[in-house]
Amino acid sequence: MAGLEDLYREIILDHYRSPRNRGALEVPPAVRSEGFNPLCGDEITVYLAVADGVVEDVKIEAQGCSISQSSASMLSMAVKGKPVDEVRDISRQFLAMMHTHESSLEGDDEQVAVDEKALGDLAALQGVVKFPPRIKCATLAWYTLGQGLDEAAGAAPT
Amino acid sequence: MSADHRICDPLDVATIKADFPILARQVHGRRLVYLDSAASSQKPRQVLDAMQDFSVTSYANVHRGVYSIAVEADEGFEAARDAVARFIGAPSSRSVVFTKNVTEAINLVAHSWGRSNLGAGDSILLTEMEHHANIVPWLMLAEEKGFEIRYLPVADDHTLDLTDLDRLIDGVKLVSVTAMSNVLGTLNPIERLAAAAHAAGALILVDAAQWVPHLPTDVVAWDADFVGFTGHKLLGPSGIGVLWAREELLEAMPAFLGGGAMIRDVRLDGWTPNEIPWKFEAGTPPITEAVGLHAAIDYLTGLGMEAVRKHEVALTGYALRTLNERFGDDITIHGPSEPAQRGGVLSLAFRDVHPHDLSQILDQHGVCVRAGHHCAKPLMRRLGVGATARASLYVYNDESDVDALADALEATSTFFG
Ligand SMILES: Cc1ncc(COP(=O)(O)O)c(C=O)c1O
Repeated sequence: MAGLEDLYREIILDHYRSPRNRGALEVPPAVRSEGFNPLCGDEITVYLAVADGVVEDVKIEAQGCSISQSSASMLSMAVKGKPVDEVRDISRQFLAMMHTHESSLEGDDEQVAVDEKALGDLAALQGVVKFPPRIKCATLAWYTLGQGLDEAAGAAPT
Repeated sequence: MSADHRICDPLDVATIKADFPILARQVHGRRLVYLDSAASSQKPRQVLDAMQDFSVTSYANVHRGVYSIAVEADEGFEAARDAVARFIGAPSSRSVVFTKNVTEAINLVAHSWGRSNLGAGDSILLTEMEHHANIVPWLMLAEEKGFEIRYLPVADDHTLDLTDLDRLIDGVKLVSVTAMSNVLGTLNPIERLAAAAHAAGALILVDAAQWVPHLPTDVVAWDADFVGFTGHKLLGPSGIGVLWAREELLEAMPAFLGGGAMIRDVRLDGWTPNEIPWKFEAGTPPITEAVGLHAAIDYLTGLGMEAVRKHEVALTGYALRTLNERFGDDITIHGPSEPAQRGGVLSLAFRDVHPHDLSQILDQHGVCVRAGHHCAKPLMRRLGVGATARASLYVYNDESDVDALADALEATSTFFG
């Protein structure tokens, strides 16, 4: 049986209490993307400054539960200063970790090997998978990041 | 712990609890403490047995059947309609339409009465404390028809602010209002609003989803025009709801959904509608669910709705006292502070623990409370919160459940100190 200790790891609570990279960036040059969890009302805004294929800065405004807030905070640390390709890879890995359940229902599930080392602090969110209603809390920031990356790619001068 | 607080309860809750099989189960090794009846209530053995017995002995499709069990099914279905009519003080069973839930009841009024009576230049009046079920159907219709939607605001004491009622109600064609807020527990002054609506030449629709299960209901004393409620919140099954309306209105309104049972005749080039209430019941209705709803009404009638209300006022008072005494400034309970002015719906803010986290930790103690916006986002914005944790009380709850809630709240400090 999943205990609450699996969910509320100390590192998660630390990010919840002191969220990193809070705030906003000027838009433009930054891009801004918004995410909502219609079930619980959690809201998040991700600001990305992307230049030369690198996420140079990221800021986050959000309100929500410990899981959504800590996930957003860890996201900001994991992607800041990284090349966009690497950020997309981390995002893919994180979402794969969150969806270990669902992938088995799909026929030819594309297996993404989860590299816990690369995920760093984010690996602490693995326990969320045992609490299905909370998975959406953990993934909200990541889907919002994806929108922002798409927008940045579209806005980039060719 | 709060022995000096024991309430004088007109209900024998220990006996009632024993009627609800689900309350015997354990969650995470703890007794199940069900405090989410505002979302959906649990069913007593009497309701489960009635549905099972009907399915085993008398089930068939309703209307038009000639053979014995079809006649029995028909009788069972129509007896449920009679029981609903008596329960809410309706003058006739013909004015009771079965729907899927209260959401469908409100959509029925919007599509049928609203579509033929509301247009550009018209207006209707809702309130800021409505459930989405009493906002979205009107927004959808307004997009199409171009009428104006006004809102009665919520005052700081979480009752409706009627200061500007005269101005807001002037010229509207419909007032549509919840009898009891599913977030605040606020009981609204329906008789006064009905009188004001009629004086302004408007009709009034009452969303009684939270009222009918918890207080005596008399649609005639309210002087309401439309009243909707839902079976699954009053000890009955999901899948059945009710729209009551004054007969003349139902007679004049066009049909909503088209199909079987709602017609008198169909030709290749046209159709004529059935009589009311069947005119509004297209397709095979929730038959076994109607039988279950009937049993639920019998169960509540056996307890007596006056006694149900007294029990909830006393228990709500106990909950407000216990939580405020134990947690002081650490807890905020939304809604009117006086138990007699509210229902047993307690939306909580606790320390700075997010409602999701609160609900998660309470679950570990077997305590079921709902976290979220409770389908009332405009009200959440008015309260300045994204979500609340909501504990709601019913006939099978007593002080031990409130104490279990308080003990479990204490435990949140393990993670959120
Ligand atoms: C006041 C109110 N109106 C409408 C509803 C919608 O009920 P249903 O989902 O059964 O249609 C609810 C409950 O969810 C409610 O509390």
